[in-house]
Amino acid sequence: MNKAGERIYNGLVKENPTFVLMLGMCPTLAVTTSAMNGLGMGLTTMAVLALSNLFISLLRKIIPNRVRIPAFIVIIASFVTAVQLLLEGYLPSLNKSLGVYIPLIVVNCIILGRAESYAYSNPPLPSLFDGIGMGLGFSFALTCIGAFRELLGAGKLFGLAVMPDSFEPVRIFAQAPGAFFVLAALVALQNYVKNRRKKAGKPYEKIGSGCSEDCMNCSEKGCTKRFYDGQAAKQEASDEEELTIGSSRRARAKADELEVVDLDKGGI
Amino acid sequence: MSELFKVSSNPHIRSKVTTNGIMLAVVIALMPAAGFGIYNFGPRALAVLLVTMASTVLTEFLYGLYRKKMTITDLSAVVTGLLLALNLPVSIPLWMAALGGVFAILVVKMLFGGLGQNFCNPALAARCFLLISFPKAMTAFACDAYTGATPLAALKAGEQVNVLDMVIGRTAGTIGETSVIALVIGACFLILLGVIDLRIPGSYLVTFALFTGIFGGRGFDPAYLSAQLAGGGLMLGAFFMATDYVTRPITIRGQYIFGIILGLLTGIFRCFGPGAEGVSYAILLGNLLVPLIEKFTRPVAFGWQRGGKGREK
Repeated sequence: MNKAGERIYNGLVKENPTFVLMLGMCPTLAVTTSAMNGLGMGLTTMAVLALSNLFISLLRKIIPNRVRIPAFIVIIASFVTAVQLLLEGYLPSLNKSLGVYIPLIVVNCIILGRAESYAYSNPPLPSLFDGIGMGLGFSFALTCIGAFRELLGAGKLFGLAVMPDSFEPVRIFAQAPGAFFVLAALVALQNYVKNRRKKAGKPYEKIGSGCSEDCMNCSEKGCTKRFYDGQAAKQEASDEEELTIGSSRRARAKADELEVVDLDKGGI
Repeated sequence: MSELFKVSSNPHIRSKVTTNGIMLAVVIALMPAAGFGIYNFGPRALAVLLVTMASTVLTEFLYGLYRKKMTITDLSAVVTGLLLALNLPVSIPLWMAALGGVFAILVVKMLFGGLGQNFCNPALAARCFLLISFPKAMTAFACDAYTGATPLAALKAGEQVNVLDMVIGRTAGTIGETSVIALVIGACFLILLGVIDLRIPGSYLVTFALFTGIFGGRGFDPAYLSAQLAGGGLMLGAFFMATDYVTRPITIRGQYIFGIILGLLTGIFRCFGPGAEGVSYAILLGNLLVPLIEKFTRPVAFGWQRGGKGREK
């Protein structure tokens, strides 16, 4: 199952949701005050992400195009509710420290983004692994940020004091500005490493789903069809015709403009 | 008339003013305040000054080596280090002062593209960084010479303060902010040289005085107002930080607006905020508003209509 491995690698490295796609910034900056919080948030999101990806992919032929976002939200919200109840029951302390950010997973843009750009146009199994890969990437990023902030801001790591007693905690890292500093430094670091490896000839292009909003030149057929709902078949069949129609329309518009100009002159 | 005129591209008139010259003038202007700080707080103040300046200069030097573009000769790192040190309490651990210097140069200035590209004043940003990171060490103003609160904190608590002491500078506080006389001497020097003008400091101080007079809760009581004006980092901020060439608006109307905004913000922070001080955060916030201010006060070019749309017919 090569595809599964590729999806996980994609989520962890090539399209890491935090460091590359820059998605889900709100929980990334808000809950990563400690490594444990980061890991907990990441894993919670991963569970929701994998399950919602799987179910959206299974239902992708039933969900009508025009109401797909509400349908996604219903599916995601169901899983989030289930996960929150489980956390409340079995990990009350984590649930307490993550607070409102658990219900807010519903509107996490990573989950919606993966549903929209991958699960909705791909078979269930790759979608499941895409969710797991993305979730792992998110967990990894959040744990990293949390670890650095906890280490510098409190002198601890996963709640254990690791710094010598003489270490003076730099409080700013435990607060919101510190999250920005750490995130920026880590993104810069990974860009530096990637650029060096790219120069050495290793491929790092994003795979397919990194949407550049350029649907016309996008190689992902499923994706293109989604945005040109219904007209896609027509469009594919007659790209040239479309071009001629476009040019003739443009010509007509030009003629209109000329007429207006003429009228103006007549008026004067 | 066989002589050929020399043909060159514009600009044809060049000012003799250089970055070095301006920076050197600022360093000289800060000397009275620094000297008074050392006299007032003892030799440890000198150590803090030297460590902070060494750390900013060294950071700039190392970054210049790394980027192969040496900018150390423009003296701006010296000014940043000096300003930062004047904003630190004398009892601060030296490694914190050095860390502040590294933060000022590396994060606030160099990573944004060096002098001229920094969006806020490096020394002030570093002070706020230290203030948030080490609140205890940064507000420990008690030292050998003085115990007890800064005059502004006492004023906020409703106690009486000696305004004459505040003007001369015989009070607790950061190294460079206490003496109004020393700071004003330096400011006069800069104004006479034409390095700074009174637009920003003037509108800043007037707005602040009006605001505290109205909302300070003690009316226009001269003792209260002069204590507010002489206290905290207001003089240092108004004359040496707010007038920073890089982070002030370049339009003249914009500079007045900038000063008024700073006065309002400082007044709000001092009157309604939890702390007694407000100058650092006010100037930092003001720095962030500068691009907007410049956008709205852009002068209209000759022959153009307001709004920049098309030539007049």
